[in-house]
Amino acid sequence: MRVNLTVNGRPEEVDGVWEGESLLYVLRERVGLPGAKNACEQGECGSCTVYLDGLPVCACLVAAGQAEGRQVRTVEGLAGGDRLDPVQEAFVECGAVQCGFCTPGLVVQAHDLIERVGAPSDEEIREALAGNLCRCTGYEKIMDAVRLAAARKAGTA
Amino acid sequence: MEFLRPATWAEALAAKAGLPEAVPVQGGTDVMVEINFDVRRPPALLDLTRVGDLADWEVAADGRLRVGAGVTYARLIAELGDRLPGLAQAARTVGSPQIRNRGTVGGNLGAASPAGDSHPPLLATGAEIEVASAARGTRMIPATEFYRGVKRSALAPDELVRAFWAPPATGPQYFAKVGTRNAMVIAVCSFAVALHPGERRAGTGVGSAAPTPRRATAAEEFAAAELDWAGRAPLDPGLAARFGELAAAAAEPIDDVRGTAAYRRHAIAVLARRTLAWAWHDYRKEAAACA
Ligand SMILES: Cc1cc2nc3c(=O)[nH]c(=O)nc-3n(C[C@H](O)[C@H](O)[C@H](O)COP(=O)(O)OP(=O)(O)OC[C@H]3O[C@@H](n4cnc5c(N)ncnc54)[C@H](O)[C@@H]3O)c2cc1C
Ligand code: FES
Ligand code: FES
Repeated sequence: MRVNLTVNGRPEEVDGVWEGESLLYVLRERVGLPGAKNACEQGECGSCTVYLDGLPVCACLVAAGQAEGRQVRTVEGLAGGDRLDPVQEAFVECGAVQCGFCTPGLVVQAHDLIERVGAPSDEEIREALAGNLCRCTGYEKIMDAVRLAAARKAGTA
Repeated sequence: MEFLRPATWAEALAAKAGLPEAVPVQGGTDVMVEINFDVRRPPALLDLTRVGDLADWEVAADGRLRVGAGVTYARLIAELGDRLPGLAQAARTVGSPQIRNRGTVGGNLGAASPAGDSHPPLLATGAEIEVASAARGTRMIPATEFYRGVKRSALAPDELVRAFWAPPATGPQYFAKVGTRNAMVIAVCSFAVALHPGERRAGTGVGSAAPTPRRATAAEEFAAAELDWAGRAPLDPGLAARFGELAAAAAEPIDDVRGTAAYRRHAIAVLARRTLAWAWHDYRKEAAACA
């Protein structure tokens, strides 16, 4: 089937989509945006997190056809041209990236948190990131990165 | 596989009647896992996310809340947390923020897992499930009659869940769940209590400790008879413990990877005792605040 959707502000017309296919597969294999990662395909790891109509969701659990006419924003759509988004910058600076597999999902999820909650508490950060697994960092540097990004956004760092 | 995209409720019912094997999909947080892992290859997916009014809720003429099957957990927490506090607490424990942005009570009902977190609060508040088919129209199923077995419900093959109806809280409500982590866990077991002070009784719901979610009727009768509804005296620890024992007696748990039957029975007693104590504490505080 054909699916029409907007990805990172660009209209996409995708053909040959299998009816049981996930939005994640469409993004990675058909639209050529490999940022969102495929790790578990069961909503457990969060590495496929993208915005769907402004809300972060697991792209592996959205049926491709459900994205018809919807707005999708992936990690590739956060940076403005060559300028990284402040969340991405903070991840780099704080050493919150090791193998990097979990990073795109965490960045999108943290981006949403900071958009919604100006100065999140540690509890709020942990709660927001509870569905994103990282096997490398032990999360402390990720916490640092989110705190830094939030502080910069609030103009306190 | 077909992908069916009804735009209205009537179209959705017609599609389901025309192809009863079509699998409805809302948040997809159950359905897509099964498709991704090849557990299920239905002839069609029936996408309900375009049926606009499924994602709405309203206050019905009788004062109850009628909440569309497509209202997500995130919206339920944000928009109805004050009126359905027990269900909102349960919703907060579902999965992760990403799952709560997609998952729905309608999907929880459709899946009818004994571990579904919506079920205990729906039972405790005396909710009814509104279902419909093209052939027979709408019918209301009390939550107590909806769950029929492990992952089986009273829904007929040509029916869809339209909404659930629940009264806004008239007293304190609590939900508690045992799991290995604070997020992303299927309940080892769970318990919900809702005080209905006007009727001097408490509703209950036991989750993940029997083939279906169920009420703890003996515990409810005990609470109605023994609690000091008028005087709001402090909760006697012996009464709370007895309430817990009766709740545990309603359970019919199994041993599985998440826990043993004995552990579940014990944990239900603890959860029931605790949630009742929290609710009773609030009930007494309410009186103090009004005085
Ligand atoms: C990572 C993860 C964590 C989870 N954690 C929890 C948890 O903590 N607690 C919990 O209870 N659940 C949990 N779940 C399961 C799931 O999120 C819930 O059951 C959720 O309520 C399903 O809602 P949905 O809209 O996504 O349903 P879908 O996946 O869209 O549908 C679920 C089932 O209901 C049927 N259905 C959907 N809508 C209707 C309708 N209107 N009429 C009839 N049938 C319908 C579908 O055909 C399917 O059988 C988790 C799932 C994942 C992937
Ligand atoms: S790949 Fe989607 S949550 Fe893991
Ligand atoms: S950096 Fe490797 S999984 Fe997080």
